[in-house]
Amino acid sequence: MDAATVHSAPGNSAVEHTGRGPLSTDELAAVIGRDIPAGAYVNLGIGQPTKIADHLPADADGNPTVILHTENGMLGMGPAATGDAIDPDLTNAGKVPVTELPGAAYFHHADSFAMMRGGHLDVCVLGAYQVSARGDLANWHTGKPDDIPAVGGAMDLAIGAKDVYVMMTLFTKEGDAKLVADCSYPLTGVACVSRVYTDYAVFDLQPDGVHVLATYGISLAELRDRVGVKLLG
Amino acid sequence: MSRAQVFQTTDEAVAGIEDGSTVLVGGFGLAGMPFDLIDALIRQGAKDLTIVSNNAGNGDVGLAALLAAGQVRKVLCSFPRQADSWVFDGLYRAGKIELEVVPQGNLAERMRAAGAGIGAFFCPTAVGTPLAEGKETREINGRTYVLEYPIKGDVAFISAYRADTLGNLVYRKTARNFGPVMATAATVTIAQVTEVVPAGALDPEAVVTPSIFVDRIVPVESRHYTVQGAR
Repeated sequence: MDAATVHSAPGNSAVEHTGRGPLSTDELAAVIGRDIPAGAYVNLGIGQPTKIADHLPADADGNPTVILHTENGMLGMGPAATGDAIDPDLTNAGKVPVTELPGAAYFHHADSFAMMRGGHLDVCVLGAYQVSARGDLANWHTGKPDDIPAVGGAMDLAIGAKDVYVMMTLFTKEGDAKLVADCSYPLTGVACVSRVYTDYAVFDLQPDGVHVLATYGISLAELRDRVGVKLLG
Repeated sequence: MSRAQVFQTTDEAVAGIEDGSTVLVGGFGLAGMPFDLIDALIRQGAKDLTIVSNNAGNGDVGLAALLAAGQVRKVLCSFPRQADSWVFDGLYRAGKIELEVVPQGNLAERMRAAGAGIGAFFCPTAVGTPLAEGKETREINGRTYVLEYPIKGDVAFISAYRADTLGNLVYRKTARNFGPVMATAATVTIAQVTEVVPAGALDPEAVVTPSIFVDRIVPVESRHYTVQGAR
């Protein structure tokens, strides 16, 4: 990173990375991966969050120190399976064939969701249509009349994991911010999100408001201009 | 009837399922889907069924084939909409099938409650969302919970890896998914397995579903459907 483009304005703790564009999906996955503590039990949601698996903390030998949970019934999930390793009885929540790591465990669905609701799962990372400033999450249903609703495990994860991180683009194709004062989409969970990782900025949702931790390809001033919620530095 | 019966054909194993039954169907996508029992139910012809399963069919096989045969009135599931759920999508959009979307963990826990004799339970999932609308809530120790009722099946179809002749079951990898919970929650639990071994051949420490929850067993050939474009 070019030091000349990385700075914090006086009075702000937000780190602005302005001499570059927004984060790519892989770069965003790496940013999130760096924030996941070693030793955590983690669930990565279907879609973009699965890319974080390539950027998780590892020990000196390169072995992952995070244990991945997949809600269809496994701890110790390994990378996607290829070739002869593909086993139709071993898939992740996205129904993609995966592998098992040493120390893996299988369990039934009631146990799997007890791990969430019971407060045993440390972190989950989910995609989102919208997140509100107080941490409401909307990620399961567009609410359009012709849309067939499908929730899967999203509501259980949202209220169950100790920390719920969201990974999403900050703006819609139309340019509207997806971090909002109040969600207009049907909710998945109330006041459940603690961090919002986006291509343009990382937000920490605290009781006193939305703190910007970092910006990418946008200044804090411009971010404030384009996001319709009060942003603390 | 107490002891599980071992049948040689799936047609015998599904005999007697009545019109209007609620059928719990194991599986998560294709993993653990009791395809052979579903195929037998299509031949058996029971109609007006309520199906409880995580998904609403993939491709044109299994649950999707049962739906296409017009035998299903209602589906309770967590995730009906998928890239390959065209059979369900068509029936739903034509108003020919009812849908109740249930969060995945609630689906499991409501069946667990049925199997465990629990009358209802307060659950934090879905509070403040459309899926809790109209449901009773209660604040307990400062947190809001939604009252959820059990889901009991007349019949459960599950796919396990191996059974002994008493009906003890072991599963394989993530194909376990809903099997152990559904086995407890139905009046008649029917398990298709790839092998039936003599009582005593399974390590008692490794039994996942004890025989008391299993009524009928049928060995089937080990096979897996692969669906073009399935995820």
